[in-house]
Amino acid sequence: MEEKKYYTISVYTENNVGLVNRISTIFLKRHVNLLSMTASESEIEDVYRFTILVKMTEEKVKKIVGQIEKQIEVIKAYYHTDEETISQETALYKVKSELLFDEPQIQNIIKKSGASIVTVNKKFFVISKTGRRIETEALHSALKPFGLLQFTRSGRIAVTKEAMMISDVLKDFDEE
Amino acid sequence: MSKNKERITGAEAVIRCLLAEGVDLLYGYPGGAIMPVYDELYKYQDKLTHILARHEQGAIHAAQGYARTSGRVGVAMATSGPGATNLVTGIADAQIDSTPLVCITGQVASHLLGSDAFQETDIVGISTPVTKWNIQITKAEDIPTMMAKAFYIARSGRPGPVLVDITKDAQFAEFDFSYEPCKGVRSYKAIPATDPQSLKDAAALINDAEKPMIVWGQGVILGEAEAEFKAFVEKSGIPAAWTILGVSALETAHDLNVGMVGMHGNYGPNKLTNECDLLIAIGMRFDDRVTGNLETYAKQAKVIHFEIDPAEVNKNVMCEVAVMGSVKTTLADLLPLIKEKTYASWLAEFKAFDKIEQEKVIQEELYPSKDGLSMGEVIRNVNEVTGGDAVIVTDVGQHQMMAIRYAEFVKSKSNVTSGGLGTMGFALPAAMGAKQGAPDRQVVAVIGDGGYQMTIQELGTIFQYNIGVKVLVLNNEFLGMVRQWQELFFDNRYASTEMVNPNFVKIAEGYNIPANSVSKREDLADAVKTMLETPGPYFLEVRVEKENNVFPMIPTGASVSDIRLS
Ligand SMILES: Cc1ncc(C[n+]2csc(CCOP(=O)(O)OP(=O)(O)O)c2C)c(N)n1
Ligand SMILES: [Mg+2]
Repeated sequence: MEEKKYYTISVYTENNVGLVNRISTIFLKRHVNLLSMTASESEIEDVYRFTILVKMTEEKVKKIVGQIEKQIEVIKAYYHTDEETISQETALYKVKSELLFDEPQIQNIIKKSGASIVTVNKKFFVISKTGRRIETEALHSALKPFGLLQFTRSGRIAVTKEAMMISDVLKDFDEE
Repeated sequence: MSKNKERITGAEAVIRCLLAEGVDLLYGYPGGAIMPVYDELYKYQDKLTHILARHEQGAIHAAQGYARTSGRVGVAMATSGPGATNLVTGIADAQIDSTPLVCITGQVASHLLGSDAFQETDIVGISTPVTKWNIQITKAEDIPTMMAKAFYIARSGRPGPVLVDITKDAQFAEFDFSYEPCKGVRSYKAIPATDPQSLKDAAALINDAEKPMIVWGQGVILGEAEAEFKAFVEKSGIPAAWTILGVSALETAHDLNVGMVGMHGNYGPNKLTNECDLLIAIGMRFDDRVTGNLETYAKQAKVIHFEIDPAEVNKNVMCEVAVMGSVKTTLADLLPLIKEKTYASWLAEFKAFDKIEQEKVIQEELYPSKDGLSMGEVIRNVNEVTGGDAVIVTDVGQHQMMAIRYAEFVKSKSNVTSGGLGTMGFALPAAMGAKQGAPDRQVVAVIGDGGYQMTIQELGTIFQYNIGVKVLVLNNEFLGMVRQWQELFFDNRYASTEMVNPNFVKIAEGYNIPANSVSKREDLADAVKTMLETPGPYFLEVRVEKENNVFPMIPTGASVSDIRLS
């Protein structure tokens, strides 16, 4: 059995309401958990980009990407390993305000992690950390012993080290 | 068609789009949310024939049958809610068997969407996994471009079903209509480019092979590549086997046609799949019913895959060379690159297996020594009258496998069956559409007593429109195929597979369809002849042996070379 790895799938699409459903059913059919899925504009006007994080074998991710790309409104889909991408996630940590004064290490932890304090009031304060998964996870384990009121992490966004050439793909379509 | 803008309603625009796409026949069933379009159908009835089915499932299977024999896009229409959900089985069937369909559904008015309004159902959401494309239209002015796109997507590349859901307010609204056919969709490449090197690589493998074998599928028919395919087979001299949906692309009697692969396919091509040194797959997708256990499937062979859909390449079987594109052009381009060859001793290996299958299975099936009638001999009797020049539509089960194994074909587009989905209830409505798609041809629907009762209501449609299909029910009083599996794999425990059936002749006669039933060998030939020679629709029940089995058989999960003869 081939080894399971993290893959970042990037899907360039025409803007279309039904696409999220169309793409996610492809994963659903194969019982694949989406670790995260984010949608945003892309570098090209009117072209949208989904960034999906999965853990699976390369053989499987290749087939899934083929089936995604086959959807009419999908322009192009790629998959990349962690080494091939620059990726970031943002985590928010909500902590009781009194800890900031009672537990001096907390200030240290925040400083060392490069996190920032988003807001402070009498009851709680919120820390935000943007970085790779291991970094947000490290901060999570460091803060956990003090008690986290709330924790949440955004989906992964990523750009690839290699060029994507979507404009070329679009030109190809236009020329036909 | 005029480019000038005219002010019309969305509902009329739907009809005008259909006419612009060359549609003159569609199948459907009315209801509240689609009534504006039906009202326009009434006005355009001299240009567009609407066939009122007796159930939306009947309408869509009819549209499928129509598409399969005519090579055109089938159109099915239904109202929102239950009308739309009743289409879903047919949509799924068309998706897996690559049948070009445009389904039009009415939807509640846009201001009611999401409010659980009367007969509101999220048909776009429901149909997403089983459509090639779908769209909801809430504005009349979007109708022409979306309809044009729908037809383009349904028929281009690897065909498939498309669903267009139109809210009732969009049907009522007026706008300035003009129609422009769709010539392309930016994010969709209908036919992938062919790498010229792949053709050279394929030719080199073909020219060097010692025991090559072709397996072709429906791609040859969908691509209208029958002539190019035959030229390739004949010049290369390579034995060619077919998947269930590929049947009839090359005539049954052709010297190089070595029969069917897969679960109930022929002995030779299944056995020799695991002996060949080169497997040339043409317009087929290595379905698990074809390959059996993938771990032991053609491991010794190099594989060339001629394919239009990139997602099918290396999905189930890894190939040495993938030749992308439409087989109509790739096979034509391949022809000058290959040597003219013959493979006498290799072909003799197929014939040797044929002989075994003939002695152990076929002889008894076609000329039974027992009193009870066999399904195979019924099909033989059909062949004897039609000479193979008939469209055989089948349902799903033992009779399907028997019909496809034993029917003879002399022309392409002569078989309509539910292959990928295996939809019982498909045949009767599909046969209506098949007949209307090929009105000059004899159309025989071979159906089991189980599946017949799933869409038996379509006798009403056959009666009302006098559709000249021959309905041949092979009655074994069992859900035979399931019973066969119970016998072989569940120790004869016949859980809920035996049926007490009604008087089928009376039912047909109730619809004014001439009908007959036979159970004795001496009556069979005449009964079949009368059925085929009576003008218009005809119903014939043949009461066959209750517990016959279909062989050969590759048990699920077994290797193709472990195919059983008994
Ligand atoms: C809609 C649907 N339900 C269930 C099945 C499972 N199934 C496959 S074959 C079969 C039996 C078919 O019986 P019949 O129509 O009498 O044909 P026979 O096998 O007896 O020729 C069944 C139940 C199916 N294929 N389709
Ligand atoms: Mg039966």
